[in-house]
Amino acid sequence: MQTGNLLLLLIAIGAAVWYLGYRRSHAVAAPLGGIRHLHSLPSYYAMLAMIWCVLPALALLGMWLIIDDSIIRNSVISALPVAALPTDEVGYNLLMNKIQNVASGALAEDAVQPYVAIAAEHLNSLRRSNTQLLTLFFVCLSVLGGVWGWSRIQPQLRARQRVEKVIQFLLMLSALVAILTTVGIVFSVLFESIRFFGKVSPAEFLFGLEWSPQTALRADQVASSGAFGAVPLFAGTLLISAIALIIAVPVGLMSAIYLAEYAHPKFRAFAKPTLEILAGVPTVVYGFFAALTVAPFIRELGDSIGLSVASESALAAGLVMGVMIIPFVSSLSDDVITAVPNAMRDGSLALGATKSETIKQVIIPAALPGIMGGVLLAASRAIGETMIVVMAAGLAANLTANPLEAVTTITVQIVTLLVGDQEFDSAKTLAAFALGLMLFLTTLALNIIALRIVKKYREQYE
Amino acid sequence: METASSINDTSEAPSQKKTASDNTNSTVKVNATGSVPMNETNIEYPDKTVGFPLVDDPKMSMRDVNVFYGDKQAIFDVNLDVGKNEVIALIGPSGCGKSTFLRSLNRMNDTIDTCRVNGEFHLEGDNIYDPRLDVVELRARVGMVFQKPNPFPKSIYDNVAYGPRLHGLANKRYELDQIVESSLRKAGLWDEVKDRLHQPGTGLSGGQQQRLCIARTIAVSPEVVLMDEPCSALDPIATAKIEQLIDELSSQYTIAIVTHSMQQAARVSHRTAYFHLGRLIEVNDTRKVFTAPDHRLTEAYITGRFG
Repeated sequence: MQTGNLLLLLIAIGAAVWYLGYRRSHAVAAPLGGIRHLHSLPSYYAMLAMIWCVLPALALLGMWLIIDDSIIRNSVISALPVAALPTDEVGYNLLMNKIQNVASGALAEDAVQPYVAIAAEHLNSLRRSNTQLLTLFFVCLSVLGGVWGWSRIQPQLRARQRVEKVIQFLLMLSALVAILTTVGIVFSVLFESIRFFGKVSPAEFLFGLEWSPQTALRADQVASSGAFGAVPLFAGTLLISAIALIIAVPVGLMSAIYLAEYAHPKFRAFAKPTLEILAGVPTVVYGFFAALTVAPFIRELGDSIGLSVASESALAAGLVMGVMIIPFVSSLSDDVITAVPNAMRDGSLALGATKSETIKQVIIPAALPGIMGGVLLAASRAIGETMIVVMAAGLAANLTANPLEAVTTITVQIVTLLVGDQEFDSAKTLAAFALGLMLFLTTLALNIIALRIVKKYREQYE
Repeated sequence: METASSINDTSEAPSQKKTASDNTNSTVKVNATGSVPMNETNIEYPDKTVGFPLVDDPKMSMRDVNVFYGDKQAIFDVNLDVGKNEVIALIGPSGCGKSTFLRSLNRMNDTIDTCRVNGEFHLEGDNIYDPRLDVVELRARVGMVFQKPNPFPKSIYDNVAYGPRLHGLANKRYELDQIVESSLRKAGLWDEVKDRLHQPGTGLSGGQQQRLCIARTIAVSPEVVLMDEPCSALDPIATAKIEQLIDELSSQYTIAIVTHSMQQAARVSHRTAYFHLGRLIEVNDTRKVFTAPDHRLTEAYITGRFG
């Protein structure tokens, strides 16, 4: 039976066990004088019986599916004649593919060696018996589990606590999924980076001033030898992020002050969600806005006053990115400004301060840690932003502080390194992982600092 | 004495709203010494405040005060004078409007959107609600201490120096130092904090924080200090210190204090005003209010029959 069908069957058995358990708990309770003499409510007994039925069967299914394929493969290979045994991994994979293709009928039997045809036959029969065995064990285990759980229903059984333990365990498992995924990503990036640093020294990567990742694929190819100095990328990223923050911090902060302190509640109720919509605009839209509208505009503006501006200037990308992160600054700042207790405002106003003095000298200092947190979150967003810079910033790794020239960023280079067909063990491709690791570490550090600051601020008035 | 009749708030309130400034004696008839047992439905009000709400040569004088929160009227036709260098206590059950009245004395109610204040308020002859009057200057002359200590998240020194800096009271650094020291001394806090003036004011204990707030208020040399239940968040020892402080401050400042504690009113104040459901029932010398009140509502309140 297919796995999906097995699961459907399990649901049916589980439901039946639940119902029988429910009935049995009532039956057990009846001679005692009602369900209030049971330790737990009948639904808990039913649930516990169902857990006994379902969980072991699911565990069996999972383990079976993980190991059965390799067992079958090994059995097929070991049945092959010794002369036909593959010598290396590539040969093994090729042979296995061929056998599987024959087995599924994609390859005609008479087009291959006779031992392959025999092996394919063998594979098919193994698979059939495997499925039958799995179905048998699976159904038996679920029924046995159900019967065991059902038979254990006694008035003294602490079913409620047991069920809650199991549910707690499931909750923990769900939390672990997210954490383990993150850890897995970090490690995969880390190991690839280590491979990269085996080819290019970390010192060259971190401090080299030239970035030119094109390397020769074959010995006879004419290409640059490849230079992996990432400093121009770091500088470009910082330049664009700095431009973005120069735009976003003042505008975001001032709009937050207006919304939190001056705006009429009706206007605020309308303006704040509108501002937050800015954060919901897909970054690719910002990207072509930057590339097609802002960049040409800046170039023409520069031309008209006699400045030469690259058509993919850092300024254009930075400006648009700044607009994109305004909501991060303004929304978080607005929240922390609103969270400053009214007692502070009253205290200041009662001393004869004007509203503006109160904001400048009491509200903003009180809210500053939270505002800093918002700015750091916005900064980490700017550093990791990809789409806008892919479209609006250049590819050339110039080391410059002039915002009118084209620069490139870490994210842009990762994209260009990995787009298209690539071999996965060249320094060029692996460089993407090293860049990703740097990016990850930077934004992680910024996020941790920001969250700590915000948290500290939250505690201050509680 | 007037004829007795129970009030009917629902029908009276709208008419009072329209003629808020000239209805001193048309709204409610009350039998001040009647024998009807008191309960929620037949509480009786005097047509005018009993006792002596007015004084000669007042520091502040309020006439025909009506305050509204949206459609709801919170204060009804209050006339009250506050004498020079006196401590006046405003007492009454919760929701009787005493805090609202206090906050209208330095226009702190301006910060509440729905709040509307009618009537005449004079501070030494200046009309407080004159549109030409600068509210900033008013609040420098009429300071306020709040129920919960609310020091700014700044150093102790900066908390006290905040007001003087705003109003340019000191030209030189040492002048500011002097103002800070003398204010802290007056608030009885100097000895406790003189070694840590540059540590945050929020690190002080509750009672110290409240005295810091008082120091902050008197640092701008106000003429009147309003206190809105200044001890309600404090323990008895801190309360005793604040009460002693109020007594000392009364030689230089005029003080109006809202309190829920009748003992406190009796201890610190010279005159006591009793508010009930937005009306000023009785104003008399504190000793008289707590020994032989003129109105039976006052008597009922101070003997603990409600409130």
